Amino acid sequence: MNGHDERPVGVLALQGDFADHEDALAAFGVATRQVRVAADLHGLAGLVLPGGESTTMLKLLDVEGLWQPLGDSLRSGIPVLATCAGMILLAERVEHPNQRSFGLLPITVVRNGYGRQYHSGTFPLRSDVLPAGTTGTFIRAPRISQVRPGADCEVLAWRDQDPVLVRCGAMLAAGFHPELQPGHPVTAMWVAMVRTARGAALAH
Amino acid sequence: MSQKHPIPHVPGFSAEELVSKIGFCEQLKGGVIMDVVNAEQARIAEEAGACAVMALERVPADIRKQGGVARASDPEMITAIQAAVSIPVMAKVRIGHFVEAQVLEALEVDCIDESEVLTPADEQFHVDKRRFKTPFVCGCRDLGEALRRIHEGAAMIRTKGEAGTGNVVEAVRHMRALWAGIRELRGQDVKFLERKAVEHRVPYELVAWVAESQKLPVPNFSAGGIATPADAALMLQLGAEAVFVGSGIFKSSDPQRRAKAIVRATTHFNDPKVLAEVSKGLGEPMPGLEVASLPPEQRLASRGW
Repeated sequence: MNGHDERPVGVLALQGDFADHEDALAAFGVATRQVRVAADLHGLAGLVLPGGESTTMLKLLDVEGLWQPLGDSLRSGIPVLATCAGMILLAERVEHPNQRSFGLLPITVVRNGYGRQYHSGTFPLRSDVLPAGTTGTFIRAPRISQVRPGADCEVLAWRDQDPVLVRCGAMLAAGFHPELQPGHPVTAMWVAMVRTARGAALAH
Repeated sequence: MSQKHPIPHVPGFSAEELVSKIGFCEQLKGGVIMDVVNAEQARIAEEAGACAVMALERVPADIRKQGGVARASDPEMITAIQAAVSIPVMAKVRIGHFVEAQVLEALEVDCIDESEVLTPADEQFHVDKRRFKTPFVCGCRDLGEALRRIHEGAAMIRTKGEAGTGNVVEAVRHMRALWAGIRELRGQDVKFLERKAVEHRVPYELVAWVAESQKLPVPNFSAGGIATPADAALMLQLGAEAVFVGSGIFKSSDPQRRAKAIVRATTHFNDPKVLAEVSKGLGEPMPGLEVASLPPEQRLASRGW
């Protein structure tokens, strides 16, 4: 599909489970590039901000001088998949503790909002767009405490009453780990967004 | 996913729990886990970019020096560290001391290290890690030891190295031995793999999975003797997915700077230019110990089996 567009998607690889995302994307025939320095951001068809430790990633973004160029890429309108720590980096507001973020996603997140690792686990998701019976693994997961009212943001899945998967424009963000999901339905959804965006780019 | 997490069914242990435990360890990849002995050091570690801290009362270099029985840390100190940082907090228990593990689980530490750095409590059995909801990390010197720990329920393996020496030679030895053990299985027939399963004292399915996948079914980290950014990068280039740094940071002359440098070296382990840059002017590393000069009873790596 879209064989003329060879651009890979970038996976932020400062720290975290970026390799699992790459494996999941490879299963859908998507080429990936690890992003560690600003030069890695050129010519990407999309960007993945993986899980890991958001504080660690924030430190490294500064040290590498990546804060600005990565922010520019994220704002360029290419499809973005942000999971767990990645979703924290993208959120408009981060609590517990308050920390800096790119502020591109109109949501408020509470770090470790479901508790420490002891409370981590795999839970059923409620969704109209994911296959019936889909579960999500939440690991010291951020909790979305609010989607800004009136924002152009669609909640695609819930864990109990909490939104856990949101799509806002070209950004798809999950509090759980799509790369650990059997069959990777969320990754598939994002790959479709990347291919649609590529198709639109090629049409111009 | 069943392909990726192939551990044979274990009573009282669901596949979903396994994904959550191993998944936690996956999040630490490409990172540095630092030993800290108080809240202040924990904050320094977090500020430097550690992806987790290991709370313990004495770093291995001091355990060596001071001797005596090394036990799990005071819960009060662990709680203080948990309150001080937002990154995961791990803590150690003695080999086989499942009650120390129960205590740590009650404190909700994020990961338990059943560690040869502490004085072993049981000469026969390691902790039955499947009984815990908290993920465990365990040390190994070769593939057999790694697989036995995984079969007991470890969600992460770290090669042992020789803790508290500031000497990376044993970490290298153990990592090489682990990969040699994995490569040896490649393309072998059922009979050979069955023999290896007997030799390693683990189920055939586990050996067969490793033979086919050519890696461990859980994250594979490195520990024991890492003192410089180049040491950390060396272990990653040899196939470790993250590093534990114990005495190497807070026993050096400028812990803050060294901690940051090791974090950056771990991210850019394949980029010698960055490694050269971060290695500049770090001050004195921790004083090292020649491992060959250690009498056998002072070698921590030989604890456990």
